[in-house]
Amino acid sequence: MTQTTSRRTSAENAPTASPVPLPKATKVLEVDDLHTHFVTRSGLRQKKTVKAVNGVSLNIAKGETLGLVGESGCGKSTLVRTILGLHKATSGTVRLDGQELTSLSRGQRRATSALMQVVFQDPYSSLDPRMTVHEIVAEPLRINRQYSKTRVAELLDQVGLSREMAARKAAEFSGGQRQRIGIARALALQPELLILDEPVSALDVSIQAQVINLLQDLQAELGLAYLFIAHDLSVVRHLSHRIAVMYAGQFVEEGDRDQVFDHPENDYTRALLAAVPVANPHLRVTTPRPRLNDDLAA
Amino acid sequence: MVEPILEVNNLVVEFDSPSGPVRAVDGVTFMVFPDEVFCLVGESGSGKSVTMLAVMGLLPPNARITEGEILFKGEDIRKMPIEQLNHIRGRELAMVFQDPMTSMNPVRRIGSQIAEMIRLHRRDLSKGQIAARVVELLEGVGVKDAAERARSYPHQWSGGMRQRAMIAMAMAHEPDLLIADEPTTALDVTIQAQVMNVLSDVRAKSQASMIMITHDMGLVAQVADRVVVMYSGRMVESGTVFDVFDHPRHPYTVGLLASVLTNGPAAERAYAIPGTPPTPADRPSGCAFNPRCSLAGRSDLCRSEAPLLIALGPTQSSACHFADEVSAWISSEEQLREVEREAANA
Repeated sequence: MTQTTSRRTSAENAPTASPVPLPKATKVLEVDDLHTHFVTRSGLRQKKTVKAVNGVSLNIAKGETLGLVGESGCGKSTLVRTILGLHKATSGTVRLDGQELTSLSRGQRRATSALMQVVFQDPYSSLDPRMTVHEIVAEPLRINRQYSKTRVAELLDQVGLSREMAARKAAEFSGGQRQRIGIARALALQPELLILDEPVSALDVSIQAQVINLLQDLQAELGLAYLFIAHDLSVVRHLSHRIAVMYAGQFVEEGDRDQVFDHPENDYTRALLAAVPVANPHLRVTTPRPRLNDDLAA
Repeated sequence: MVEPILEVNNLVVEFDSPSGPVRAVDGVTFMVFPDEVFCLVGESGSGKSVTMLAVMGLLPPNARITEGEILFKGEDIRKMPIEQLNHIRGRELAMVFQDPMTSMNPVRRIGSQIAEMIRLHRRDLSKGQIAARVVELLEGVGVKDAAERARSYPHQWSGGMRQRAMIAMAMAHEPDLLIADEPTTALDVTIQAQVMNVLSDVRAKSQASMIMITHDMGLVAQVADRVVVMYSGRMVESGTVFDVFDHPRHPYTVGLLASVLTNGPAAERAYAIPGTPPTPADRPSGCAFNPRCSLAGRSDLCRSEAPLLIALGPTQSSACHFADEVSAWISSEEQLREVEREAANA
């Protein structure tokens, strides 16, 4: 037995503990039969309706992570943007902490936005490089008149950045540290739900694990609910309690993490799992992988 | 003995910076043989892409090769007149870039971009012959209705389809060596699998060698014959894919492999290499990995002297002062984690 494979098997034999133990369910986010349709024109007269989100229901409890998996064009970004109120829902409801969001006015929505924050994919383009770390983390606090120096220091501590770093500009930091800054900013207003949009896919391999561990620690400490969007299935599996697989605007499979990964029921989920390259040269794919017909978007 | 297609000897590439020259690539040496897949693995700033740009003669103006030689089929690329280099590039040596959106001209039809690539080295072909070759190439990478689709513009195609077009372009003259720089990083997993299948199909037909630059250890395990791991501009380990995955002999390789989140049931915590990779400008003295290394980072030797890449067996080399202790260190780390796991469960 080789060293790397023995490492892998010992992990497999270990009890399948959830990433973070689940507290009793109180639903933070409830989405019911959500539709977001766009009308596009091709040519002069023809109108075409694109059903980007076509009847999606989901819920996430306090302290729970729902992993959302799907390829580009499947509608996951539209779903997230609709939940955030950046697209208008065609029909269906979004409830945050029991409060219905889709019918609220802009101003009313703003008041609820503190409860739901986003961590973006690319820490290079999502932070103003000319602002200091302190300014970046303080900004949401200032806007909501909750600013205090100690709160900023506390947030930096929470994400593992030293206080001396607060005076430096964002441009001076590496990708992993920038992502920590982004997380500190997202935590500033004490949200209950974090939407994590591919938070580690722009990071180096050796740094990804650091950020994943940080997200797990924060969830355990603060009881945060995560909606975790990623195309890297191994990262999704590591962090999520439940997984939803999205294809062409709908959830084709949803369930407990291990069930979806070990006993996928849907053909698309199976194709998705089979496409992940296994990091073991002894397990090379000799039979052709199940091929999908063509690109989704082509 | 088989002659290598590409031989890189002690390559040093320096970039100009306000504070003086910075060594992005520091003494890289490797060979690529016919019909093999050679993977260059490393994180950002490791010098893997710069190495390949140097091989293609595509370094930016503020960078230059200060030492070493690059032999393509026995001839030094650096000493070639530009006409000869242009003759080789695209014909015998082709490259597929990471982002198919930015490497194509957005206002020209895909077919005409591929046709241009064909015409460049085959002035003898008629318009009709070139058009037929475009269709043949696109069909070779699995594009259906190729004749009609060749009339599309790049934005009308998805990322996976565009990457197929890039591969078709690279294969236009059946090169002997294909360099693929993170060819699937921008793509979804199922599309990644399709593109990798296309690459292995076209390679099987033409028997081209391939150098693939990647940071995805899963992909390396699936396609590589031989692997070089780079860290901060230097080679830290090289060997066959089985050497590197089964018996890694450098602590950085061990860390990279352990950072791979397996598809098996999740372990308690993800393994993370502490710290961050250095930029070439502030490379630590001695072994560049020493501040992040838990094997022998404590040793004065690691801090004062850069380890040389030393052959440990017929196919494997490692640049670590303590390469002989790596296996023992892995087992002790393994035991430590086992103890921690039991403590957590108790």
